[in-house]
Amino acid sequence: MKSNKLFERAVHGVFLILGLVTVACVLLITVYLVISGIPAILEIGVWDFLFGTVWESTGSDPQFGILPFILSSIYGTAGALLLGVPVGFFTAVYLSKKASPKTKEIMSGAVSLLAGIPSVVYGLVGMMVLVPGIRALFGLPDGASLMAAIIVLSIMILPSIIKVSITALDAVPKEYEDASLALGATPEETWFRVSVPAAKSGIATAVVLGVGRAIGEAMAVMMVSGNVANMPSLFESVRFLTTAVSSGMGYADGLYREALFSIALVLFLFIMLMNAVLNFFLKGETK
Amino acid sequence: MKKRTLYIWAARILMWLAAGITAALTLFLLGYVLIKGLPNITWELLSTKPSYLRHTIGILPDILNTVYIILAALLFVLPLGVGAAIYLTEYATSKRLVGMIEYAAETLSGIPSIIYGLFGTLFFCQFLDLDKSLLAGALTLVIMNLPTVMRTTQESLKTVPQSYREGAFGLGAGKWRVIRTVVLPNCLDGVITGCILSVGRIVGESAALLFTAGFAHALNGFFEGLSSSGATLTVALYVYATEEGNFEVAFAIAAILMILTLLINVSATLIGKYFERKNKV
Repeated sequence: MKSNKLFERAVHGVFLILGLVTVACVLLITVYLVISGIPAILEIGVWDFLFGTVWESTGSDPQFGILPFILSSIYGTAGALLLGVPVGFFTAVYLSKKASPKTKEIMSGAVSLLAGIPSVVYGLVGMMVLVPGIRALFGLPDGASLMAAIIVLSIMILPSIIKVSITALDAVPKEYEDASLALGATPEETWFRVSVPAAKSGIATAVVLGVGRAIGEAMAVMMVSGNVANMPSLFESVRFLTTAVSSGMGYADGLYREALFSIALVLFLFIMLMNAVLNFFLKGETK
Repeated sequence: MKKRTLYIWAARILMWLAAGITAALTLFLLGYVLIKGLPNITWELLSTKPSYLRHTIGILPDILNTVYIILAALLFVLPLGVGAAIYLTEYATSKRLVGMIEYAAETLSGIPSIIYGLFGTLFFCQFLDLDKSLLAGALTLVIMNLPTVMRTTQESLKTVPQSYREGAFGLGAGKWRVIRTVVLPNCLDGVITGCILSVGRIVGESAALLFTAGFAHALNGFFEGLSSSGATLTVALYVYATEEGNFEVAFAIAAILMILTLLINVSATLIGKYFERKNKV
């Protein structure tokens, strides 16, 4: 009997350890990023690193200012939201409220497919369709630009926006809508003036998830944005925080390599900030 | 009255337009990739490795590498994810600990893959001295997919009726026995769904693998492959498209990836429906 109890305790312990693996991973990742990211920031100087506008990692007098990357990431994400959120939002309202069950099922399948397509495939199609298209349309020497990255990102964030918004809209109590309809509002007025406000925290969550995906995307952006460390402008080649890390990792060494870890740390802080915002919205929902 | 009509029609048109754009985009992507890629898929491409002597390209090593990495990652992530889920639903009593673990899982699922790639390089490749290898890549992916497996298992554990557990306890079974014989068999759907989702994510992953698993195209067996550097299909696509400018091969791989994505999505839906029906009976 006693050995039995001991055994149960051991099993309990094993499961506790398995449960704590996630926490350990987060701690390990955070510690590693902070420890490897701090030295270069200190050596370059916090101000020069974050707000320096010139990135010349291989010059004789190397300069490591990452403001171009930060701004490119922010502009790129904002642009992707500007295009992606309206399309995603109206698609979600349509699928949740107006579409027939059959349409909804087929379209949900399509959205899941969009979500599952690997980012390199987005990058490839962007390289072959968007980049030449933008070059021809605007008469540019090269179409690989912030614009191309924005369009690719706006498509890549669509699925998360649509899926999460649909879940939120589907969860709006039917009584709300019935009451509005009974008061003489048309279905469209009901959806946009009753259902959408009722689901607003869910829709906000969807947008924040989209931000997270856009700011963290590396491969697709790398393939269509040209990857030159310019200050961001719509039709010029740019480099994001993510692509700065991935394009340098292969060959960088010394301070350059350490600076890449610092960029990753900045990116990580952005993501943690997004997580905090996300949690704020999720908490609002449970209240 | 007129303003109302305008509002209604504006709303309708915007909804149709948006849904139309989404549908058209999906169809375009699917059609474009398949039309450009399928004609380039030949038996030779699928069954050989690249040869510089004969100037031929084959993606068999990349296919195998993808399979190896999936197997290795699942081998680790399943016990970890399922175990964590069991701890959370069956054992944990402290609300704070549960909150902490769930918050950690949420954080993990929000971290971009390029950061996983960097961490993998630092920890698995350098600190654990695995170098650039499929194993280092697989371990990086284990951390990435841990939250997915954990969440799907947790969801299905929650649907196991409490009365099953109570019945088993009433018959004198110990906790571990109850978990093994009553709880685990009933959460199979969550585990399988988690597996499929993870496979989908691993097949599509590239940024995290580029610097942890590398991009060699050597033909290896399973164990030999795990310890050596190798490109998965996505990484191979990236290399062929950007560094070698070989778009025929890139599109062929893209078409294969597209078909895999479709298959994974369909099987996830079908399995979800199958278990839904089974649970209702």
